[in-house]
Amino acid sequence: MQKKKPIWKDILFYLFVCIFVGIIVLPFFWQFMTSIKPLSEISAIPAKWIPSSVHGQFYVNVFEKHPFAKYLLNSFIVATTTTVLSILIGASAAYALARLRFKGKKIMLMAILSISMFPTIATLSPIYLLLKQLKLLNKYAGLVIPYITFALPLAIWLLTNFFAQLPKGFEEAASIDGCSRARIFFQIMLPLIKPAIFSVGLIVFINAWNEYIYALTFMTDDMMRTVPVGIALFPSNYELPWGDMAAASVVVTVPLIILVLIFQRKIIAGLTTGGVKE
Amino acid sequence: MGKKKKNSSIMKTEARDAWIMMAPAIIVLSVVAVYPIIRTVWLSLHEMVLTDPGSGYPLIGLKNYTAIFKDKRAVESIIFTLKFTVTTVCFELLIGFAAALIMNKPFKGKGIVRAAILIPWAIPTSVSAMMWKFIYNDQYGLFNDILLRFGVIDKYNAWLSTADGSFMALVITDVWKTAPYMALLILAGLQMIPEELYEAAEIDGASVFQKFFYVTLPTVKTTVLVALLFRTLDAFRVFDLISVMTGGANGTESVSVYTYNHLMKFLDFGYGSAMAMMIFAVVFIISLIYMRVLGDQITDR
Repeated sequence: MQKKKPIWKDILFYLFVCIFVGIIVLPFFWQFMTSIKPLSEISAIPAKWIPSSVHGQFYVNVFEKHPFAKYLLNSFIVATTTTVLSILIGASAAYALARLRFKGKKIMLMAILSISMFPTIATLSPIYLLLKQLKLLNKYAGLVIPYITFALPLAIWLLTNFFAQLPKGFEEAASIDGCSRARIFFQIMLPLIKPAIFSVGLIVFINAWNEYIYALTFMTDDMMRTVPVGIALFPSNYELPWGDMAAASVVVTVPLIILVLIFQRKIIAGLTTGGVKE
Repeated sequence: MGKKKKNSSIMKTEARDAWIMMAPAIIVLSVVAVYPIIRTVWLSLHEMVLTDPGSGYPLIGLKNYTAIFKDKRAVESIIFTLKFTVTTVCFELLIGFAAALIMNKPFKGKGIVRAAILIPWAIPTSVSAMMWKFIYNDQYGLFNDILLRFGVIDKYNAWLSTADGSFMALVITDVWKTAPYMALLILAGLQMIPEELYEAAEIDGASVFQKFFYVTLPTVKTTVLVALLFRTLDAFRVFDLISVMTGGANGTESVSVYTYNHLMKFLDFGYGSAMAMMIFAVVFIISLIYMRVLGDQITDR
């Protein structure tokens, strides 16, 4: 920190930071306040920022009027399976792309990058027909399969960047010692890349957890819906249950906030390594 | 001679190992991504309305594609999507870059700011769309309340019931979600610039603007372009936000929303697939343009 800085510059700076963070946080604050308001105060005009008393009824509604616990479970199962599969299949491919020399590497990298950019909607109709034929609509597998289309390229892409950052020469040293490729990969490279696997896993998980179009289309049975779709379908023809929706969004946001607070360094390491050659 | 031969056999095993290690991923991606895309092309060449199996789903060539240009709603959705993409990406870039420049120094509370930045990125778009929809509510929304308190408006507006209001609401929500993320990526790029570069520029008597254009910009160019590429593609594909917030009403129907309606509401898989292929083509062209600009920087190893 420099010493001679004029104080007004500091004040201006922190004012900016506060406004920046304030705008980011305001919707969450408002949502939280709405979720604990008594019903009558939700429709107060002018808006009542701080409720006069705290009510938990909306939280009860979330779990009693809607199968919200099931939504959470569905999302969790699908996102976890997708993440684990993507990393299992993606890690060895990423290693090959980052550290082995072979012809056609650039084309493979371009292909993977292009697949990760596929618009979901472009594959919607064939996957729908396929899942219908295989009787996988409204099944977990029927959502994990399409999720692999974006999760696997994402995992490969991010892991490739991490593998590329490892110092060169490991493989030569190991192969002189007579290690096979499989041993080099499993016993040397994978342990080295462990923290990165965690970062990549988190990013893939969040992407799968938040997915909307596939989940909306392939999980039409209410009991099979995932969280993002389930919440969006709270409003019925008769009412707009703002309180319930607010409470539900608090329930999904809080774990994500905690996740982000604990693992922010890892997430950022994963996000910022993507795509940029250092 | 002998050494050279040995080297080439090492290269051969290395290449063989590489393909073996990539095989599972290649097979899986062929099945779940490449095959569906080819099938979409095939579907787009047919007349295929699922509610009308009596038609026998005949092959009709490019008729679905030519129909897009005669379809007023399709053209309007394309124009809307382009307008949305350009507006949001510009705002995100400006705000993200400015915030990154301001915060590119050590300060107390940096951890909290970073965590706050990640939260909009981490929550589902459908949830943030719903939160903001309530904020824009014409009677008890926060948006009206704040604007009225600051004297920007003199009466409550029903933002989501007009075309301009809806457009503005969608842009604000999208920028809120992604500008912080943009700031984060650019900040990471800025931190890779060595301090000495700025010091050298200062000794040479460079002004603030000169430092920005000759030191900062060239070094973060790649970071910014990559971030821009992903944002442009995301904005062009926008679906969740619009589907939850406006449902495509008041002229806010994006191409993805319109295509989705054709596919899953009218079950018109032929025409819907042609629309989907058009989105795919645009996305492809956008990425080609960026990759041309970026050169080999993203795939070089």
